[in-house]
Amino acid sequence: MDRRTVLKGLAGAGGLALTGLSAPAIAQGASARTLRFVPQANLANFDPIWGTQYVVRNAAALVWDTLYGIDSSLQPQRQMVESEETTDDGKTWTFKLRPGLKFHDGEPVLAKDVVASLSRWAARDPMGLMIIAIQQELTAVDDRTFKWVLKQPFPKMLYALAKNNAPCSFIMPERIAKTDPFKQITEYVGSGPMKFAKGEWVPGAKAVFEKFTDYVPRQEKASWLAGGKQIMVDRVEWIVMPDPATAAAALQNGEVDWWENPIADLVPVLKKNKNISVDIGDPLGNIGSFRMNHLFAPFNDVRARRAVLMALSQEDYMRAIVGDDDALWKPLPGFFTPDTPVYNELGGDILKGKRDLDAAKKLLAESGYSGQPVTCLVAQDQPITKAQGDVTADLLKKLGMNVDFVATDWGTVGSRRAAKTPPGQGGWNMFHSWHAGADCITPAAYTAIRANGDKAWFGWPNSPNTEKEITGWFEAKSVDEEKAAIGRVNKAAIEDVVYAPTGFFLTYTAWRKNVSGIAKGPLPFFWGVSKSA
Amino acid sequence: MLSYILRRIVATLPVMAIVALFVFSLLYIAPGDPAVVIAGDQASPEDVERIRQSLGLDRPFLVQFGSWVWRILHGDLGTSIFTNLPVSAMIGQRLGPTLSLMIVTLLLTIVVAVPLGVVAAWKAGSLIDRVIMGFAVFGFSLPVFVVGYMLAYIFALELEWLPVQGYTPLSSGFWPWLENLILPAIALGCVYIALVARITRAAMLEVLQQDYIRTAKAKGLGQGGILFIHALKNAAVPIVTVIGIGIALLIGGAVVTESVFAIPGLGRLTIDAILRRDYPVIQGIVLLFSFVYVLVNLMIDVIYTLVDPRIRY
Repeated sequence: MDRRTVLKGLAGAGGLALTGLSAPAIAQGASARTLRFVPQANLANFDPIWGTQYVVRNAAALVWDTLYGIDSSLQPQRQMVESEETTDDGKTWTFKLRPGLKFHDGEPVLAKDVVASLSRWAARDPMGLMIIAIQQELTAVDDRTFKWVLKQPFPKMLYALAKNNAPCSFIMPERIAKTDPFKQITEYVGSGPMKFAKGEWVPGAKAVFEKFTDYVPRQEKASWLAGGKQIMVDRVEWIVMPDPATAAAALQNGEVDWWENPIADLVPVLKKNKNISVDIGDPLGNIGSFRMNHLFAPFNDVRARRAVLMALSQEDYMRAIVGDDDALWKPLPGFFTPDTPVYNELGGDILKGKRDLDAAKKLLAESGYSGQPVTCLVAQDQPITKAQGDVTADLLKKLGMNVDFVATDWGTVGSRRAAKTPPGQGGWNMFHSWHAGADCITPAAYTAIRANGDKAWFGWPNSPNTEKEITGWFEAKSVDEEKAAIGRVNKAAIEDVVYAPTGFFLTYTAWRKNVSGIAKGPLPFFWGVSKSA
Repeated sequence: MLSYILRRIVATLPVMAIVALFVFSLLYIAPGDPAVVIAGDQASPEDVERIRQSLGLDRPFLVQFGSWVWRILHGDLGTSIFTNLPVSAMIGQRLGPTLSLMIVTLLLTIVVAVPLGVVAAWKAGSLIDRVIMGFAVFGFSLPVFVVGYMLAYIFALELEWLPVQGYTPLSSGFWPWLENLILPAIALGCVYIALVARITRAAMLEVLQQDYIRTAKAKGLGQGGILFIHALKNAAVPIVTVIGIGIALLIGGAVVTESVFAIPGLGRLTIDAILRRDYPVIQGIVLLFSFVYVLVNLMIDVIYTLVDPRIRY
């Protein structure tokens, strides 16, 4: 019996015992004005430009506001901006800020703050870097107006300023935003709907946010990062819980109100508790992946990569990750997030239908594979990578490959995957990961789909066709054009096997029933969330 | 005695220096790179390199080590790579919960384990002895996390007597402080109680065979007086030794216990720092733990002289 089995059994028993009980524990009794939230991970740093982890982005969205915000239909909407103008040639953008915007220190938000903030953000963001590459000038015209002059049009400007992918273009006071983007800020002053209580921050354990009473929300209904960010509680406490069974028990016991990411094993227990609601948290989900190293044999030959695609069963991967809950996964014959406006699975046939192991073996033999070890990095401390790694090892063995299974931790994978040395000399042949669906809707923030050789993400795929079609997407001017471009990117990326998608999966979120207003989305949105006693 | 204590304290300095060099070297050669973790998945190799440079991780080993030692000599444990907070402040934030947990566990152990061991020795070979030793084997065999989950299930979820998780500082009141520590202390103390009870029993058995115990019995002294005044005092040296050694056991166990009960202590800080390769934090904590361990050993040596006047330094 392993630790996971024990905790599942005990948490399950606890859930059954609690069903129907509503009496509070001794430890309960926190004010209805305080929302206690268990985040997906520890808030170890709090600079959303310097550190790009999702948990930092999620916390930062409370403290810092953005010029535009992406809404649930994936459209950029004005947030801090009152109006914008662009010249006919699309090269000059002029933006005007809403009146009355204030930072948490009482100072007004000025155009110079925006200019400094955008400069710092653009130095670290893939889309920002694209803008910098064609930038002529970014200047404050007056206190509320700023201008971005480009050498050529950039049709995705508003999307870049609105996107929820980390790093988001959060606006900070100029004195803070002037910090080197590769160094951490030390002041956490924003103009968002909540203030960060730095004095109560215990990294690894607790972070506290207090309502910013001078915040002026927009009048529109809140929708993801757009609209009126009405905060209904005085205080939000983030309580970090490394152990999922403890988080489950604390939620059942009423010691916390909302658990962002319950693990699949414990969801049945939570669903049985009449005081708890469970639902899909982020409809954009995640895409499982493993990347093959395009620099070294056997995967420097596209036939070897295709052989792996032909043989892999996405169902095996998904069941290993989410278990038996069929509502949590679907096959994904491509690289882009399903059920989104521009989704297209053109060219995905190789991932569909019955798996043809014999044909895959034949193709692998044609690639010249002759039994050399395949170094497969598998982080054991991340349940998703561990589950995928086990399936891959089995798959490769079925294909007749000699697997060098390197069981290690995520920190080591993160470091070793950057090595371009041969697999036997500290390098690697494959590693596992996953990508947030929100990052995989289009190529905008989708680093993993890039195939520009040395400049590409780990594995360094070199597929000129894929790159050409990605450029086509950036130049697209309508949704139809974008959708067609996405189809072409998908086809090219599958033909050259930029990486191997292992399927699309979702995760749940869970909260006490006295909490209401929780919206589905790619991050936990606290505006509109209220709590009764 | 005072000169002995001073000599021992001075002798800890080379030990600490060796620990420091060992820890620093180990972290230097260990795989993993905090710059990669900080930069995130979107970062280019150039971004990672710039972060590495800004953190000073690109400097040669000896330069990094020298600079670290220099800071330590000035009482500066450095700054966390991730939180940008001073390591001393981070340790300070976490010291209270871990110290509280260890003190409550230690007290619980002494109060429970020593009498159990004495009674087991007194009733050696009887059913009581076998039951007590059976419990000791059971406690020794159960992993801390299993005991933790069972306790949380019974006393927090089922009976709703105590909270599942968290920590309340003593400044918020004695009971709020204690109620968060009862379950973790029992979970952590199980192994420790088992160990101390077994050692107490063994030490007492040996002492109870001595002539002076027979003499005490012949003089008509009461059983309690014989056991707890004459016998226990003479059996105290190995018991004190194992209690001291057990503090290392507590430090290790605290890592798991703090995770299971979501206590924001040094154990969790250690794990987080290791997983993220937050070198300054790891180095600071290891130095602290090694110092504590050396100090505990020194205290044990001093206690020896109190429980056994024959011991002289």
